[in-house]
Amino acid sequence: MLGLGIIKGLVETGRNFVGSYFKPERLVTIQYPEKHLPPVEAARTIPFLVYDGKDSMKGLRCTACTICETECPPKCIYIVKDTVKKPDYLGKMQNQPKVFDIDISVCMGCGICVEVCPFESIKMDQVFELSGSDRFGAMLLHKAQLVKSNDYFGEICHEQATQINAARADDVRKAEAKAKADADAKAKAAAVAVSNAAAGVAAVAASSMTATPGTTQPDSKPAPKAASTSTPLPAPSKPTVPSATP
Amino acid sequence: MIDSLDQIFVSLKHWLVGLTPEAWQPLVSILVSIVPIMALFGTCFAATTIFERKILGRAQNRLGPNRVRAFGVKTFGLLQPIADGIKMLTKEDIVPFAADKVVHFLAPVVLTTPAWMLFSVIPLGRNMAAIDLDAGILFFFAVGSASELAVFMAGWSSKNKYSLVGSMRAIAQMISYEVPLVLSTIPVLMLAGTLSPSQVVEAQGVGTGFFAHWFVFTPWGLSGFVVFLIAATAESNRSPFDLPEAESEIIAGFLTEYSGFKYALFFLGEYIGLFAVAGMAVTLFLGGWQAPCKALEFIPSYLWFFGKFAVLIVFFIWVRATLPRLRLDQLLALAWRFLVPLALINLVVAALWHFMGSWQFIAAMPVRWGICAMLVVLPFVWFARLLNGGKVAPRKYRYAE
Repeated sequence: MLGLGIIKGLVETGRNFVGSYFKPERLVTIQYPEKHLPPVEAARTIPFLVYDGKDSMKGLRCTACTICETECPPKCIYIVKDTVKKPDYLGKMQNQPKVFDIDISVCMGCGICVEVCPFESIKMDQVFELSGSDRFGAMLLHKAQLVKSNDYFGEICHEQATQINAARADDVRKAEAKAKADADAKAKAAAVAVSNAAAGVAAVAASSMTATPGTTQPDSKPAPKAASTSTPLPAPSKPTVPSATP
Repeated sequence: MIDSLDQIFVSLKHWLVGLTPEAWQPLVSILVSIVPIMALFGTCFAATTIFERKILGRAQNRLGPNRVRAFGVKTFGLLQPIADGIKMLTKEDIVPFAADKVVHFLAPVVLTTPAWMLFSVIPLGRNMAAIDLDAGILFFFAVGSASELAVFMAGWSSKNKYSLVGSMRAIAQMISYEVPLVLSTIPVLMLAGTLSPSQVVEAQGVGTGFFAHWFVFTPWGLSGFVVFLIAATAESNRSPFDLPEAESEIIAGFLTEYSGFKYALFFLGEYIGLFAVAGMAVTLFLGGWQAPCKALEFIPSYLWFFGKFAVLIVFFIWVRATLPRLRLDQLLALAWRFLVPLALINLVVAALWHFMGSWQFIAAMPVRWGICAMLVVLPFVWFARLLNGGKVAPRKYRYAE
């Protein structure tokens, strides 16, 4: 009969009305500025720079290679290389950025900078309360505002950070083993050289030849390569070729 | 004591009028009637906007507006109307370049003024009608239909296709629903034998019996009340009949080109029209300011009126929270193929009820009730089926592939 459905609907909304006062779990909305929803691991807003350890400038992973600057589609990244180098986590001397700016009013949050970075130094953040009263200055974030610790990255992207940390620890271990092996080889060579001191020029030449590969060939393979292959990063979106016919 | 409490506002008015010189008294009398009505229903309007949003929110498992603070004090959103009012007043008033500026300016005024005039004939309590017109109900419907003109003025003068579509929908809807609205009141006028709202209310009094003779407690009264409520919802452009303003289809209908205070006036006019028509529903069917039974007559008459009025307003909000919008053809079919026939049959039922009232034999009362109830329910079921294309089975939906 006409009207029964209306009465059923009225009962349903009436039940919602009364129920929302007695069962707070019925309410689907969050009182936002006071309360936040739990963060989602896949969420991404703007990029930030990762550093290791305590000192954000000493531990900065960025090597100012400017790959992200080149690849950024809206060109929101601006990098100036510093003249002074600093050691990276393997102790190797690397470049560092003097200026690293991201204009977040231009950034479109694509994450391509993260995809292309060979040093795991730029990652996507999850902060979203980025509004400012200044249209230009407040939207241009400098290096000091962009750096965030590796621990923070572990908090927002736990799984990914764990993999990267393991890979980097592996690199450090390999590098140490290599250095130790080199040192051993050097020491051995030195010992051999000492013991063979009287054995003639030919023997010395031979021992120095065995030592040479160790010193001139450090493990120069970039460590994060291993990490980036094992990391389940989202595949870069392939541009779809628009078909000529609709 | 009870009588003096019941008549406190009437005595207050007489006292105030008596304070002024004789020559001024007619003018003062008018002012003293108008100012409280405007203040009261203006407050009602403010309260309804916030409570409507609160109730809608709760009905959808949301909280509704709850953040307005005054000087750092939490008000649980109760001051939302003030915030809205300030916002409306400070907004830029945009008039389209191509608009007919005079008509564009006049439309909100033409909508709001008649809406306020409707309250002049509604008895808000015993002896509390601003003007006790003999043809008050006729006046009510005559003035009430002026809102159609205002809506069309707004739509036409805006020079905007959405405005025009919205106002044409509004005209189609409001003229169609005017018919069942008026037809459903005719039985009341027939049986009360008067066009005066005060006398209609008097006719529904407790009288010598125990229970009041509200017209809604009769078969024809119930049928008329339902038809009147549906038509009133459509007349005041409220959901589920909000096609003239359908946001998802035509932006804001005839309100599209209105902003700032003119928009607020439209908003006000629509709510005031809703209040007036709800007040008329209370007057015609729910016994006006009459108490439902003798034992409750100690409660002042104006409280009875506003209690019933508030219940109706909450019901309108509840319906808005529940029902989706109709399509235009469904809307017009509902008016012409369902409500108008029911209202016409209701005339016959009311006449039968009146003549069967003089029957004197033993089971006269149940027979009278049975026949009249059958004459109400059977057409309802029959026309409802016709409305559904004569099919009884639930409708099957076919989707585009």
